[in-house]
Amino acid sequence: MTDFKIKIRGLKKSFGDKRVLDGVDLDVATGTAMVVIGGSGTGKSVLIKSILGLVTPDAGSIEIDGEDVLRVSRARAHELRSQIGMLFQNGALFDSLPVWENVAFGLLAERKIKRSRAKDKAVEVLSQVGLGPDVAVLSPAELSGGMQKRVALARAIAAEPAIMFFDEPTTGLDPIMGAVIDGLIVDCVKRLGSTSIAITHDMASAMRIGDQAAMLYQGKICWTGPAPELLNADNPVVNQFTHGRREGPIQMALRK
Amino acid sequence: MMAILNFIAAIGAAVLDALGLLGALGIFAASGLSHIFRPPFYPRQFGRSLMEIGFFSLPVVALTALFTGMVLALQSYTGFSRFNAESQIAAVVVLSVTRELGPVLAGLMVSGRAGAAMAAELGTMRVTDQVDALSTLSTEPMKYLVAPRLLAGIIALPLLVVVADILGVMGGFLVATLKLGFNPSAYLINTFSELQANDVISGLIKSAVFGFIIALMGCFNGYRSKGGAQGVGAATTNAVVSASILILALDYVLTQLLIRVL
Repeated sequence: MTDFKIKIRGLKKSFGDKRVLDGVDLDVATGTAMVVIGGSGTGKSVLIKSILGLVTPDAGSIEIDGEDVLRVSRARAHELRSQIGMLFQNGALFDSLPVWENVAFGLLAERKIKRSRAKDKAVEVLSQVGLGPDVAVLSPAELSGGMQKRVALARAIAAEPAIMFFDEPTTGLDPIMGAVIDGLIVDCVKRLGSTSIAITHDMASAMRIGDQAAMLYQGKICWTGPAPELLNADNPVVNQFTHGRREGPIQMALRK
Repeated sequence: MMAILNFIAAIGAAVLDALGLLGALGIFAASGLSHIFRPPFYPRQFGRSLMEIGFFSLPVVALTALFTGMVLALQSYTGFSRFNAESQIAAVVVLSVTRELGPVLAGLMVSGRAGAAMAAELGTMRVTDQVDALSTLSTEPMKYLVAPRLLAGIIALPLLVVVADILGVMGGFLVATLKLGFNPSAYLINTFSELQANDVISGLIKSAVFGFIIALMGCFNGYRSKGGAQGVGAATTNAVVSASILILALDYVLTQLLIRVL
């Protein structure tokens, strides 16, 4: 029997009159790297923000380790969510803090480490994403886009989370740096044995980092399957999206 | 008929929006204040906010108070000399500065400087997902970002007002003695004989409230900003304008209240 780390049922969320999620069902098996693809504005970010507790869904359930985070106590929900590491689309590094404090922030907040040890620990984690100790004392504004992404990844993995989310990990990066970040993501997820969800509309990235894939369309998951089958899926929506064709059901839907 | 109904509906919608905003502000203030007393505490954030609001506002507050005291002495002399009441200048300067001008001018200056900076910083953090990132790193944003700023505002402004009071009185003293030919000893004796503890205390109470208002409006507007650079700009403007108006309005209410109480 498959052991699911995350189980989502009937998730709905509207903003005003606009229904973004309209009954999302999604299962992510323990240790699986799930990639959720979908066009811009289809609710991919809302989906992971709902799991993280940053957005409150209108209906549905989100189970982590078999417990519904929307129905357990606030403290328990916080405990369940504290095992999630998140890489934000633009890095979201704290620009008032140096790199090492950014990386060690979660560890210090959780009191898993003493402040006197935090810098050494940050340097150690930075080395795992290919950054030298000289970067630790810089401020985020002094880094290139690729380096910021790596620091953000270091911050996400510092606490060795059991679950990791990646929001558009390659956005704004050149193809080579995108491939480097994808490689680091795969390495980190495998090394930590984490369960991950990545959202992207970069097909090359989706194929590199995903074991399983799902497509979000019109507020629902319209297809799930192994990530390598994305390009050959017999679902017309997935097929049109992955091949970037102008003609097809997605365009028809837009014309309505 | 339809036009009238639309007009009434528009008024109703505006009133509901205003009430909603007021409610959100009340909840935000209560939540921020409650986090001041509940651990974990963030002394580094508090220290940084205290420096931002207090220490770095010192020059602008000091200069404002000094020149206000000087102008006050000069204007009072112009008016009082018509009634041969020049001896009352020291009293007018010290009472005006400690009871009214010190807290209000310091509040307005700090609002323009630190309140705007607060709204811009929190607004930028909001639109670049840094606030969400805090939540994902087991840190309550209200506790980490808002509570230390509220506390720093409440503490820093009275300290600034003490400096403003001293420099305001000193400004009046300098003009009165160096330009208007008053006897320095007589001026100081008049100043201290007119000054009562209640005058200073009422000014400090007002300034603590103003400090809270400045930090609250800066945080509230910054925390709720959206829509990128334009949203952050609007949040900054709203923070300064709303804090300035509230300071002036609350000044009257507090004056009325403190006259009865003290």
